[in-house]
Amino acid sequence: MDLAPVIDGFGVVLEPTNLLYCLFGVVIGMLIGVLPGLGPAATIAILLPLTIGVEPVTAIIMLAGIFYGAQYGGTITSVLLRLPGEASSVVTVFDGHALARQGKAGTALGIAAIGSFVGGTVSIVALSLVAPLVAGFALDFGPPEYTALALLGILLVSTVSSGDRLKAVIAACVGLLLATVGRDGFTSAERFTFDNLQLADGLDFVPIAMGLFGLGEILYNLEERHRKVQAPAAVANVWPSRTDLRQSSGAIGRGSVIGFVLGILPGGGAVLSSLAAYAVEKRRAKDPSRFGQGAVEGVAAPETANNAAATSSFIPLLTLGIPANATMAVIFGALLIQGVSPGPQLVTQEPELFWGVINSMYIGNILLLIMSIPLVGLFVRILRVRATVLAPITVLITLVGVYTVNNSVFDIGLVIVFGVLGYLMKKLGFDPGPLVLAFVLGSLLEDSLRRSLLIFEGDATGFFTRPISGTLLVVFLVVALLPLVRGALARRRNRSDDRTDTTTPKELV
Amino acid sequence: MTSPHHGAHALGSPGGRETAGAGPAGDPAPPPSTDTGMTDAGVTDTGVTDAVHEVEVEAEDRPPAAGTTSNLVIAVVVLAFGVAAFAGSWALGAGTAQRPAAGTFPLLVSGVLVLLGLGLLAGVRRTSDAERFTAGSWQVLAGLATMVVFVALISVIGFEIPAALLAFVWLRVLGHESWRLSIITSLAVVVAFYLLFVAALSVPIPHLF
Repeated sequence: MDLAPVIDGFGVVLEPTNLLYCLFGVVIGMLIGVLPGLGPAATIAILLPLTIGVEPVTAIIMLAGIFYGAQYGGTITSVLLRLPGEASSVVTVFDGHALARQGKAGTALGIAAIGSFVGGTVSIVALSLVAPLVAGFALDFGPPEYTALALLGILLVSTVSSGDRLKAVIAACVGLLLATVGRDGFTSAERFTFDNLQLADGLDFVPIAMGLFGLGEILYNLEERHRKVQAPAAVANVWPSRTDLRQSSGAIGRGSVIGFVLGILPGGGAVLSSLAAYAVEKRRAKDPSRFGQGAVEGVAAPETANNAAATSSFIPLLTLGIPANATMAVIFGALLIQGVSPGPQLVTQEPELFWGVINSMYIGNILLLIMSIPLVGLFVRILRVRATVLAPITVLITLVGVYTVNNSVFDIGLVIVFGVLGYLMKKLGFDPGPLVLAFVLGSLLEDSLRRSLLIFEGDATGFFTRPISGTLLVVFLVVALLPLVRGALARRRNRSDDRTDTTTPKELV
Repeated sequence: MTSPHHGAHALGSPGGRETAGAGPAGDPAPPPSTDTGMTDAGVTDTGVTDAVHEVEVEAEDRPPAAGTTSNLVIAVVVLAFGVAAFAGSWALGAGTAQRPAAGTFPLLVSGVLVLLGLGLLAGVRRTSDAERFTAGSWQVLAGLATMVVFVALISVIGFEIPAALLAFVWLRVLGHESWRLSIITSLAVVVAFYLLFVAALSVPIPHLF
């Protein structure tokens, strides 16, 4: 492996501007992790206008910092308030809050920070080794492979979203349709523009992401579900003891591996890996009953895993150009705005960007470790800022921010429209994630599909004659059809059984 | 950003992963699709899954599930959208497999969408992940109205007055903050925005002063 570009990457990171944006990113990430309500995808979407006019590498360093910074911050509310700040910190609640009640909140936070740091760092090293290999492998991918890859990526992200699977796929289809709005690249026919000049160039990614994730989220939170806010538990002595460290070292090691592996899979990501890591620790434990009563491993494993996963989910994006989850879809959009199209050629054509972003994560993780151990008290205090004060400020940042991208009032209207759509989708059980992901991949999918059809002269079986596209499509079909087959089987069983027990519907999917 | 007690909301957030399936509290018969993500991934440990579910429901405090009529409306809207897109794509030219036209891809996608819409229609009675619109939903409408006013007025009188108005309504009416705090904050926000966007960054946003 050629080390020169890797080292040059460090040179990029150490430029003062990049360091500053990295710090800015991780602080923002930490903050939104602490403040429940907006997740990383929403925050990154809202801050997209900030990246316009900045160097691509600087922009992505900041956005990446927000993403993995949020994994650190999410822990704090999980432990202190029993309220997960981020979805990926849900499992941390069990043992984290139990420890806090025993007056050991500091231990939980300290172990989580150390685990996060280790998981993140292990994952960056593995990412540096694996990513160029994957990219090299993917260099010969042609349109058929990309068609299959995009289809599989969209389907997996829709399936793993734990809402109604059907609704998630519907959202993805709507995203694909939205991507076709505008002038067709092949025939330059105007599609679904309704003779509106503003739509001729297609829908912009920024208002869609800001609306669906940002405004949609804020509007949804407006519906009052007020409950008494607990006072956060006091935090003392965040330095974990030697015993705690020894006890959780295994969990941290396994968490790193689980997080790294699951993070790469489309739809896997931070949430799934934190669950998996917790389940593994619980099953391995000599005395599983300790879990939920304040076992240090129960904090260490998921927190390590979600950080490792946050890092490794950059692999599919940076090497294949396929985002693995909703947040990556937003970062993908940010890259496209910058004129960089992520894909296998990125490592060789834009080594500074590629290694700059990856190496910035080392710095970011060190910054986060510093912030989350000695400065944890500061972040706990932020919990007192009232949501009612933050909400209008966020709305105005969104509305003014989207304007600054194209200096267009039409875009403000667009962001409001998509805000309403986002609110309705959340309200009615549709996950907006697959929509944004499909929108981002839409033109790639259509392009490669049409090119492949031209290559195969209209013979769709051609997809199955190429080994990689064939395999990917077979996986696609299995994932798509399995629920239907299982559903049919279960229904037949139900009919013969007449009475269903509660476990059947669970297996059904 | 919302206060801690809305927390769970973050669960469903962007990644959008948990909430939808988490289902409304006290839902007696969870829909078949609940918890798929976790079980599929091999986390079959039902103890963990249930516990996660519990935390979500507790932190979330979601309103009750929508009735069958609402689910029916949703399915019909999806179906209608699919059919409209299908017709629109057909008009663009369906093309053939040998010579794909502008309408080919949207035609395929909207075809799938129609099928999925039919699937939704068939399962209307079994889904329970849509929420009912409650009294709180009016607040959303009010919040939306301030944004519409903002976009309608910005080209006419600049961003300052609509922005102050929006912030004030959100603070005083929607947030029940005190008069003093509402007035001071909304003015401060506008001044800060003016200094940042107009004075410092010279963004050509329409402004009054």
